Amino acid sequence: MDIKDIENLAELSKIDLSDVEKRVLLKDLDSILAYVRQIGEVKVADSEIEHKNKNIWRDDRVEPASFSYDLILKQFPDSQDNFLKVKKIL
Amino acid sequence: MIDTKNLTIEKAGEMLKSGELTSVELVTACLKNIEEKNKELNIFLEVFDDALEQAKHADEMVKSGGGQPLTGIPIAIKDNILITGRRVSSGSRILENYVATYDAFVIKKLKEAGAVLIGRTNMDEFAMGSSTENSAYGPSKNPLDPSRVTGGSSGGSVAAVASGMALGALGSDTGGSIRQPASFCGIVGMKPTYGAVSRSGLMAMSSSLDQIGPIGKTSLDAKIIFDCISGKDEMDSTSINLDLSTKEGHVIGVPRDFLKEGVDPEVLTNFEETIIKLKDQGYEIKDVIMPYLKYSLPVYYIIMPAEVSTNLSRLDGMRYGLRKEGENIFDTYKKSRSVGFGPETRRRIILGAYVLSHGYYDAYYNQAWKVRRTITKEYESIFTEVDFVVTPTVLTVAFKFGEKKDPLQMYLSDIFTVSANLAGLPSISIPSGFSSSQMPFGVEFTGPPHSDLSLFAIEKDLRDNN
Repeated sequence: MDIKDIENLAELSKIDLSDVEKRVLLKDLDSILAYVRQIGEVKVADSEIEHKNKNIWRDDRVEPASFSYDLILKQFPDSQDNFLKVKKIL
Repeated sequence: MIDTKNLTIEKAGEMLKSGELTSVELVTACLKNIEEKNKELNIFLEVFDDALEQAKHADEMVKSGGGQPLTGIPIAIKDNILITGRRVSSGSRILENYVATYDAFVIKKLKEAGAVLIGRTNMDEFAMGSSTENSAYGPSKNPLDPSRVTGGSSGGSVAAVASGMALGALGSDTGGSIRQPASFCGIVGMKPTYGAVSRSGLMAMSSSLDQIGPIGKTSLDAKIIFDCISGKDEMDSTSINLDLSTKEGHVIGVPRDFLKEGVDPEVLTNFEETIIKLKDQGYEIKDVIMPYLKYSLPVYYIIMPAEVSTNLSRLDGMRYGLRKEGENIFDTYKKSRSVGFGPETRRRIILGAYVLSHGYYDAYYNQAWKVRRTITKEYESIFTEVDFVVTPTVLTVAFKFGEKKDPLQMYLSDIFTVSANLAGLPSISIPSGFSSSQMPFGVEFTGPPHSDLSLFAIEKDLRDNN
C-alpha cells in the first residue's frame, strides 16, 4: 500500500485528507492489515459456505406509518417549498 | 436522601409498588446526581427536560395499579438510539443537530412500560471505540477513578448506572461495546442473541454484528430491562422470538489456550479465583480447545469496517445532518463528511473501502466470512460439550486516558468480546472483584443462541458465594 492507494480510497469514500493525515493513515492501515492478514492461514474450502436464507418479506400491503411529515422536513439541510434542495447533479 | 448509587431496579420497583418511594423522588435524586457530577464526568450529552413529567405519569400508572417492573425507573439511553423529537447524534458532529423522526422499537417498549427516559449518554462516534475517547463531545470519565476511561463505546450508559445517575441503561454492542465498559465500571452488561432485540431505530454501524442490550448493577436488573425490550419486531427482518425452552446450564468451558497471551497477571489471578467460586457453587469446569477463537479479532476488523464503510455512506450531507456546501455536489459530499466525521470513523471507512475493493475482496472480506463461519461452527461443536464458555471480559482493568495511542493496540482490548458478535451468541459481563488499584474486574460468559435467560442466572451463584 502507498500514498496513492490512500488517495484513491479517500476519493472512493468521499473524504478529504490532508497530507499529514494521509501519511498517518498509511502507517495505521499498514499495521492493521499486517495483523488481520493472519486469517489467510485458515484453510477453508469454498464448499463449506452454507446459506440458511428464508423469505422475510411481509405481504405487499399498505401499513400505517406514524412519521411526522414536519419533523422529517425539518431535518433537511436545505429546502424550498417543502422539497429537499441539493446542488445540481449534472 | 435516596442512594441511587446502590439502589437496584429490583429494590426501587418494590419501593414504588409499596408506596415507600415515588418516581418523582427517584428521578429527582438522579437529576441531582447528574447536576453535581456530570460536568466533571461528561456522561450525559443531554438530560431530557421532561424527565419529571414522565415520572409524574409513571406515578399515576403505579397508583392506578398498572405498574410494571420498569414503571417509574430512570433509564439512560445511548446516543445512537432514536426517540421521536429528541436529538440523537451518535457521538458525531455530522448529526449534532439531527432530531429523530420515530421511536426505536426498544424505546416504544420502554415508554409502554412507563420507564423514565432520563437522557442520552456519551459514546464513541458511531460506536467505534473502546474508551469514548472518539466522541466528538469529549470523553466520559470513569466514576470510580476519573483519570481512567469508562471503556466504550457505551461508556456513557455504563457510567450513568455505575454513578447512580440512572438505575439502568441501554447500550449497543457490536464487538463488546456493552460488556467491555461494564467490566471497566464494575457493573453488569449483556449482549443478547443476535435478533433477540430489534435493531429498528438503532443507528447502524455493522448490521450483521450490532445488538442493543441492557446495562444494570445486577444481572436481575439487566434481565428486567431485557424482558421489556426483547421480542420479534416486523421492522427488523433479523429479529426473532427467543426459544425459552433452553435448560439452565451447569457445565462451563475454559478455552485456556486463548488466555495465554496479553492477559494482565492480576486479571488472570482473579479469573482463576472466579473459576474456583463457580466450582464451589456446583458448576462443572472443563478445559476446552478452540483453535479458531484467536482469529475472531482479525475477522472482526475486516467485516466490521466493510459494513461501516457501507452503512455510513448514507451520511453525505444531503437529506439530513451536517451539510458543508462545496463547488459541486461531489465537493459537498466530501466537505460534509470530512468536517462531520472524526479520525477513527474516517480510518474505518477507508479500511472498509480497501477490504471490499477489487483485487483484495477475496483475500480479506470473503476469507473473513469463511473464517467467521468456522468460528460459529467451533462454538456449535463446543456447546455440545459445555453450556457456557468463560473468559475474562477484558485483558486489563480500565486504562488511563491517553494510554493507548496506536489504533491496533486499542483494538486488542476487544479480543475476548468480538467472537460472541461474530457467532451471534448471547454474552454477559459480570463484576468479579477489584484489583490492587481498586478497579473492577469482569468475567464474561457466552452461551449458545437463545440461552440469554440462563446467562442472567449465573451472577446470583457467584454473589451467594461471596
